[in-house]
Amino acid sequence: MSRITKEQIEHVAHLARLSFTDEELNEFTDTLGQIIEFAEQLNEVDTDGVEPTSHATEVHNVLREDETKPSPARENSMRNAPDQENGQYKVPSVLE
Amino acid sequence: MNFETIIGLEVHVELKTNSKIFCSCSNAFGAEPNSNTCPVCLGHPGVLPVLNREAVNFAVKAAMALNCEIAEETKFDRKNYFYPDNPKAYQISQFDQPIGENGWIDIHVNGQSKRIGITRLHLEEDAGKLTHMEEDGYSLVDYNRVGTPLVEIVSEPDIESPEEAYAYLEKLKAIMQYTEVSDCKMEEGSLRCDANISLRPKDTEPFGTKTELKNLNSFTHVQKGLAHEEERQAEVLNEGGEILQETRRWDEGLKKTILMRVKEGSDDYRYFPDPDLVKLNIDEAWKESIRKQIPELPDARQKRYIETHGLPAYDAEVITKQKAMSDFFEEVLAEGGPAKQAANWLMGEVNAYLNQHELEMQDVPLTPKALADMINMIEKGTISSKIAKQVFKELIENGGDPETVVKEKGLVQISDDAAIRAMVNDALDQNPQSVEDYQNGKDKAIGFLVGQVMKASRGKANPQMVNELLTEEIKKR
Repeated sequence: MSRITKEQIEHVAHLARLSFTDEELNEFTDTLGQIIEFAEQLNEVDTDGVEPTSHATEVHNVLREDETKPSPARENSMRNAPDQENGQYKVPSVLE
Repeated sequence: MNFETIIGLEVHVELKTNSKIFCSCSNAFGAEPNSNTCPVCLGHPGVLPVLNREAVNFAVKAAMALNCEIAEETKFDRKNYFYPDNPKAYQISQFDQPIGENGWIDIHVNGQSKRIGITRLHLEEDAGKLTHMEEDGYSLVDYNRVGTPLVEIVSEPDIESPEEAYAYLEKLKAIMQYTEVSDCKMEEGSLRCDANISLRPKDTEPFGTKTELKNLNSFTHVQKGLAHEEERQAEVLNEGGEILQETRRWDEGLKKTILMRVKEGSDDYRYFPDPDLVKLNIDEAWKESIRKQIPELPDARQKRYIETHGLPAYDAEVITKQKAMSDFFEEVLAEGGPAKQAANWLMGEVNAYLNQHELEMQDVPLTPKALADMINMIEKGTISSKIAKQVFKELIENGGDPETVVKEKGLVQISDDAAIRAMVNDALDQNPQSVEDYQNGKDKAIGFLVGQVMKASRGKANPQMVNELLTEEIKKR
C-alpha cells in the first residue's frame, strides 16, 4: 500500500494551485509514496533520548549589518516576467 | 440574551531598518515599483538569505518594551502558501520559537486600568503589494515591500470591547514609536491590524465561533468594525442562528462589515524550519545591550508628569500618546515654560491645529522655545491670552519668535494706567444706560463695559487692569 493517499495528493496539488488528470494523480500517488518510503529508512535509527533539532550544523547567528547596496536594474530583474505593465508584474487575478 | 465579547488583535508593524530583513535592498517606502528588489527577495533559485542584525535588535527591543520574555534560542520557519504577493511561495516567519512571549501592556478605558496579555511577538518578512484591476481580470504586483522586516504582535483574548481594542492599539503604537522601531503610519501600511471577535453567553466557559476582520485602515475603523460585528453576531445568536468562521471587512461607506469569504477547515501552511537560515541565539550580553537602549516609555512619562510636574492624570495621558508631542512638551519645560500652561496649549490649540490640517507635531515650524516664551509673555502680562491666540497662529504657521511677532504686529499689551483709565472713561461716557444699570445694582453691566473697553483697545488692554479701573471709575459717577 502506498504511504500517501490520492486524496492527500489532491490536497497538496490544490495548495500549490496545480491541477492534474486522474492518470497523473495515480502516478504521483505512487512516486511520492516511494519517496516517503525511501525517507522512512531513517526510522531505523534509534533516536530515543535525542532532542529534536531544526538544523544539523552547530553554526548559529549568521548576521549581516544593516547596510543597503544598490539593487539590480529593474529591467534586468523583470526580464523573465511573462507579462508586465508600467514596471509591475502582471498576473492573472487570484482570489485568496 | 446577554453576551460577553472576546476580542483578539493581530498587529503587524514594519521595522524601519535601512535595508531589508534578508538582503541589502533598500527598505525605503515610496520608491518606484520593483526598483528595490534583487535575486534574494525575488526568491530566485540558489540564493541565500542572510539575517539583518538591526531587524533582530528592533524586534527584541519591541518585545522587551511589551514586557515579553525573550527567547534564548530562536529560529526561522517557512510558512508555505501560494499567492502572487510572495514570489517564493513561502514567507519566512517564526513558528514555534518566537522572539518574545508572555508580555503585557496596560490600557486605560473610562478611568479604569486594565492589563492586556501579549501572547507572542515574532519576526518575519513582509509580502509584496498587489493592485487588483478587477474589471480587466488581472493584478499588478510590486515586490518592493517583499522582505521588509515585520513584527507580528498577537494579543491574548483579553480585550472585551471595541473601546478596549482602540485603547490597546493606541498604547501599542505609542510604545513602538517611543522605542523608535517603526514610524507606525497606518496610511503607509507600516502598522496593520486584523481583529478576531466572538461572543459567548455571559458567564459561560467555551469561546463562541470567531469571525476575522480585515482591511482595517485606521484605529477608528477597527473600533467601528468591531462594534458593528458585536451587534451583528448578537443579532444572529439571538435569532437562534449560527456564527460561521468567516473573514469580513469593514466598509466605511456602508458602515457595516461585509463577508469576504467563509473559512473551510484550518489553514494548512505546512511550516518547517528554513534550512537556509541557521539558528539564532540571543545571549544575555546581547539582551542587556538592547535593554539599555529602551527609553522611558509612555506609562513612566505619564507618572513623572503627574508626580514631578503636577499635571492632572488626563493631561499626562493625552500629552504622552504621541512621542513627538511628549518630546516637544519636555523641550518646552527645558526652555522654562510652565508645565500646566504648556500642556493646555498642546492639548488645545496645538492639537486642534494639527488635526485640522492633518499634520504631525514635527511638520509645523512652531518651536518649543517659541511656545515657552509666548506662555511666559502671557504670565508676565506682556500680552493678553486673547492676543496670544493671534501670536500663536503666526508661530505655528510661519515660525519665528513671539517677541518679534508681538513687536511687528503691534500686539503688546497696554498696561499703562493713564491710557486704560482714559479708555474706561470714554466707555462710561458712551454707555450711560450701563452706568445706570450698575448703580441700580445690576453688577452684570460691568461685564458689558469691560467688553467695550477691550474692543476699543483691539484686545490689547490688560483685562485685569480694565476690570479694576472700571470698578474704580464707575463708583465716581
